[in-house]
Amino acid sequence: METKYTITLCDAEFSSEHSIGLKGAFEKAAKANSLESGLRFTTCKTLGLKDKGAIVVVNPGYFVYGDVTEELVNKIVAEHLVGGEAVQENLIKEDHLFNRSFKTFGDSEFFGKQLRIALRNCGNIDPDNIDDYLANRGYEAIAKVLTDMTPVDVIQEVKKSGVRGRGGAGFPTGLKWEFTQRSQADEKYVVCNADEGDPGAFMDRSTIEGDPHTVLEGMSIAGYAIGASKGVIYIRAEYPLAIKRLEKAIVDARNAGFLGTKILGSDFDFDIELRLGAGAFVCGEETALLNSIEGRRGMPRPRPPFPAQSGLFGKPTLINNVETWANIPVIILDGSEWFSSVGTENSKGTKVFALAGKVVNTGLVEVPMGTTLRDIVYDIGGGIPNGKKLKAIQTGGPSGGCLPVEYLDTKIDYESLAKAGSIMGSGGMIVIDEDTCMVNIAKFFLEFTQDESCGKCTPCREGTKRMLEILTRITEGKGKPEDIAKLERLGNMIKKASLCGLGQSAPNPVLSTIKNFREEYEEHINEGKCRAGQCQSLLSYVINDKCVGCGACKRVCPVDAISGEKKEAHLIDQEKCIKCGQCYQVCKFKAIDKL
Amino acid sequence: MSCNDCNKVGDPRYDELQVYIDSLRDKPHFESYLIAVLHRAQGLFGYLSEETMNYVSCDMNIPTAQIWGVATFYHFFNLAEQGKHTVSVCMGTACYVKGAAEVLETLKKELGVEVGETSADKIFTLDEARCVGACGLAPVMMIDDEIYGDLTPDKVVAIIKKYREKAKGAA
Repeated sequence: METKYTITLCDAEFSSEHSIGLKGAFEKAAKANSLESGLRFTTCKTLGLKDKGAIVVVNPGYFVYGDVTEELVNKIVAEHLVGGEAVQENLIKEDHLFNRSFKTFGDSEFFGKQLRIALRNCGNIDPDNIDDYLANRGYEAIAKVLTDMTPVDVIQEVKKSGVRGRGGAGFPTGLKWEFTQRSQADEKYVVCNADEGDPGAFMDRSTIEGDPHTVLEGMSIAGYAIGASKGVIYIRAEYPLAIKRLEKAIVDARNAGFLGTKILGSDFDFDIELRLGAGAFVCGEETALLNSIEGRRGMPRPRPPFPAQSGLFGKPTLINNVETWANIPVIILDGSEWFSSVGTENSKGTKVFALAGKVVNTGLVEVPMGTTLRDIVYDIGGGIPNGKKLKAIQTGGPSGGCLPVEYLDTKIDYESLAKAGSIMGSGGMIVIDEDTCMVNIAKFFLEFTQDESCGKCTPCREGTKRMLEILTRITEGKGKPEDIAKLERLGNMIKKASLCGLGQSAPNPVLSTIKNFREEYEEHINEGKCRAGQCQSLLSYVINDKCVGCGACKRVCPVDAISGEKKEAHLIDQEKCIKCGQCYQVCKFKAIDKL
Repeated sequence: MSCNDCNKVGDPRYDELQVYIDSLRDKPHFESYLIAVLHRAQGLFGYLSEETMNYVSCDMNIPTAQIWGVATFYHFFNLAEQGKHTVSVCMGTACYVKGAAEVLETLKKELGVEVGETSADKIFTLDEARCVGACGLAPVMMIDDEIYGDLTPDKVVAIIKKYREKAKGAA
């Protein structure tokens, strides 16, 4: 008789003797109902439910029972395992939103509006322990796929779920799988893109560090679906802990028979290899990534041919991002119907964001698609610190755009963000307050992409450099009236003519800030003014009548631009001043104005 | 099959690199492991010298030009030896006005290197920095993450001496 139910006994909240006792009770009751061969027992460390007494999880279905006693065990066996009906009154349902038990970490605002699918295990399991993953339905999806589903079934399920690429572009994942499956070849590859390079983004790193096996399982499922036996994870060398955890996970998975030959007794062979990047942002672009795995300079290839036809070593290759892979086991286990019930019409499921910048709670958040920016910034993020005013939200990192306050009620999905002038991106989300200069932030992102441009195609290599020169001159107060139009023309040209995603999106931070904050550009150029007070060259420091003549500013000035007798008002020589701001910081009497 | 011409007899680091390369030799697409080999080489030597790249070239049968192309493409690879400490002299306006050039000259003389180079004792790499935002302390230099301000040539010499003694004491 095949295993029908998995019973997980949680070990941390009470003594292991108790759990042994419960296991005995389960075995006894099962025997009485002649169920014994249909049960599998696992243990887990903790479920994070401190006040619920002894906990037992029954799978499939992830039914969590609290305060379990031996009497309740008899009831669970009779009603749930035999009768098929869960014992409702003892069930713990943490996720009120969806009436299921994805752990939501209590009722705090930070976690209350989140739904964790990709990050479901992060923080809940010991990432170095395969048993912990198994106790949380780990590798059940690959078992289900190998026993009950054909490759076409798997692809249909992924297609029906509506999941789209979480790396940023949002291409329908199921379609990508189908294209690769239809390509005929003696060898195919499954690749995981873990070359997370956006400044300030760490979604993929956290997923791998917290739950490495889910990535391996997702990739194995794809291997079965498209007919590949080899997987490659391309990960940044800058993530040593993630690399270490993946290495261990791969070895453990091989030893347990989840990777290697004849996986779980089937005819399916699949193994995964790690390849390290070496610090090149452009390698996050899929064709550049393939070149890098092949040991070459990570420069993008023209498409077509797409990787689905000719990818790694010229073979059909399926590339998905870490977060996409982490969603796959859930789609298989809980079904496309449930998955597609979360999210909006064209964007299903959840998205992980790395919330950063001028916001109280920073960190990783995973929210259902369709959540508004306002929910993220104010409810989850806790608003803007120090009573400052929100100015904009930047999504998509150096490839994305800045959305002004008017877009606060924009729902997060691929189309709405694009319509508003930004992109979903891989998940960077930076909150910008009134103290940040929009020209300067556009310059910051462009400096990054300009530096990381691989140099293969002219529009990106030369164009971003010219744009950066113009932006630099604007922030230095040397902008010309025609500069805005020039930036727009150049930016649109680079977008249209560049070879890969890096160049095609590099002008976005500039174009979106021109669109939404044109007046700040105009102020810089026409009035020589930076309203956020960030562009040093445009400032002047002037001493007002609060000056008591203490001489602190005079002493600190590195260029001796301040003069004045003791106890008399001082004066800053604007010719000599280099605008370093030291006097402003040192003055205790607020006697220096930044104009 | 190793290359006899460039077998660096006596340097155990080359032996270790050789063992690593040999462990990859039978894998499909052997040449694709170039980046992994360069990672290993940099781990062993601290940087990728021309000599090391030539060795890898012979051993993996990949042209040095191609290896050079890869090594220069990725930020992670260093082509010059790095010292234990990086000394960056701030060349911002305030520091320049207050005598950063003199500080830099003193360091060049004291360490016996030009900007971007590493001292013979491998303790210091000399660098220039853009404004580090400590204008009130000008002129300023940074050693690793530590800021030293109000510098004079004498002070610079004393600070370098302190680091040098500490590094030698540790070794």
